[in-house]
Amino acid sequence: MNYGIVSQEQLEQIDRILAEKLIKLGVDCVIIIDMAGNIITAKDNGESKYDVYSFAALAAGNFATVDAMAKLVGEQEFSLLFHKGQESNIHFSKIDDELLLISMFGRDISLGFLRLNVVDVIEKIRKVWERK
Amino acid sequence: MSFINLKDKIVQVKIVYYGPGRCGKTTNLEYINRTYRKQIASEMVSLKTHGDRTLFFDFLPFDMGQIKGYDIKIQLYTVPGQVKYNATRKLVLRGVDGIVFVADAMEKQREKNIRSLNQLHENLQSYKESIFRIPLVMQYNKVDLKEHGIPILPTSVLEKDLNSRLKVPYFEASAITGYNVAATLKKIISSSVISIQKKLL
Repeated sequence: MNYGIVSQEQLEQIDRILAEKLIKLGVDCVIIIDMAGNIITAKDNGESKYDVYSFAALAAGNFATVDAMAKLVGEQEFSLLFHKGQESNIHFSKIDDELLLISMFGRDISLGFLRLNVVDVIEKIRKVWERK
Repeated sequence: MSFINLKDKIVQVKIVYYGPGRCGKTTNLEYINRTYRKQIASEMVSLKTHGDRTLFFDFLPFDMGQIKGYDIKIQLYTVPGQVKYNATRKLVLRGVDGIVFVADAMEKQREKNIRSLNQLHENLQSYKESIFRIPLVMQYNKVDLKEHGIPILPTSVLEKDLNSRLKVPYFEASAITGYNVAATLKKIISSSVISIQKKLL
């Protein structure tokens, strides 16, 4: 198996993209994980106190389950997942076969607006990641 | 695939407890969670059915301290042991760095141990991993049952059944009393960390 090593510079670039594009927008917490449940990076607004390690393990499991369900109904994948709550929402989006972007946000951001920004972020991260 | 963060100097190591249903994988994690509570920052996560059987996995993260300036974060997982849940077992094995195979030493479970180990072999192959290469430790669990008059397999039989070709370190253990739970954990952590180091060099 390959070992996931990203340079410090790449991680800093990714962190910058997340901060500028998502945290500034009002997203509470953004995490990038790999499909094994490891955290690549996590950024928050300084107020949210999530247990990101447990979150990553559960999110990877959740995404893998949905992926298996997609195959059962003849889909290649469901690349987007969204959970809606009273106060907070979680949005999952696949960056590539290995990486997942998770955004946690409250009531003051619309899903549509978030999705637009997520698409942009993913494109930028892919470019940074490809140089790995 | 352990993930190494060069910026924050963190290495995440994924260790999976694997074995047949009701062999004591979750009990291992529960004991570790109770005993090393101070080192564990977060709660143990268990996804289980109403009957207390593991449905998806248990997850227990803890910090092991530093090696050469890198924080080692150990992530312990269990798989669901029931035969019908192989698809989920496979998912949990994704990116695994080290495996503890928990065998049930009760005589009547002999065949189930062998079947489970064979399936582990197949499941690893689907990720292009090999049971002969990945860090692995055998744990022969429930040896305490002997005192209660329940027939258990002698270690020599378990070794012949499960470990004659693999030849990996093994421990007799009792997850419920904690006997050799820590020893098993220490062994798999050190094998996994050494294996990661070797692959990096």
